[in-house]
Amino acid sequence: MFDDVVFWALALPAVAAGVMVFRFDSMARATYALLTSLLCVGGEVLLLGLDYLGVVIVLMMTIEMAVMAVFMVMYMMNPAGLMPMTMVHNAKGAVVICAAVLAVLVAGILLAPWPARRGEPSADPTRDLGLSLMGPQMLTMMTLGLALVATIVATVVLATRRGRYDRYGDDVDARCADDPVRGGTGR
Amino acid sequence: MSLEPFLLLAAALFSIGLFGVLTQQSVVMLMMGLELMLGGVIVGAAAVWRHVAPAVADGQVLVVLAVTVMAVEMAVGFAVVTALFRAREVDMTDMAAELKE
Repeated sequence: MFDDVVFWALALPAVAAGVMVFRFDSMARATYALLTSLLCVGGEVLLLGLDYLGVVIVLMMTIEMAVMAVFMVMYMMNPAGLMPMTMVHNAKGAVVICAAVLAVLVAGILLAPWPARRGEPSADPTRDLGLSLMGPQMLTMMTLGLALVATIVATVVLATRRGRYDRYGDDVDARCADDPVRGGTGR
Repeated sequence: MSLEPFLLLAAALFSIGLFGVLTQQSVVMLMMGLELMLGGVIVGAAAVWRHVAPAVADGQVLVVLAVTVMAVEMAVGFAVVTALFRAREVDMTDMAAELKE
């Protein structure tokens, strides 16, 4: 009973805030609506008994939305929503597609013969997760680690203003880099 | 608490996110739609872990994967927006269509 109340108290705001993300004029409000929705997602994960992952999601989303708000103000026109505007294309087609996707998913959820639960959750699911990531799922963990390192490199390469062609010429054959501020000890 | 309500919530979040991805012209708003879709995936994976196979941690690993995808999507997305804005001064998908022709 208590679980039901908590579930609906989190599920309804999650969906409502998710809808509001695309209805607010203000980009800042949209960001906080998304934060509300994803915090409710973290709450649902906590409700499902995954304490560690739930807290990770809550913390990560909070920081992520703070960063996102900064980018909103940097790049987007109308970040404060002072004038009403919409920036959408093909809304009607998208509504049809999304309604169809939702209908198929709901039909699948309600009609599929879900298997009965096998086994019981252990007393400490976080320990299970750690042992799994460091054991049978080690390849997953290593792949995720590599992907994150690649992301760090890729984001720096994409976001930097001056690449190697700016610094070393079109053929990358200059003997020393053409930097606005010379590096090294002899500057 | 059974499995279906959680999966229905996941489906709703996924569909709302898909709507955002399909309609929004701003790249940052489009990324918000992707985040919502991944939020749905997280709820679905956690619910399936709890209600189908709680004895093994594979469902939890799926949640870890979705959270990582969220982080990577966010970081690369912002880097792409930065590069695009620097090169073309645009932040809308419709204006970044040079390769279409």
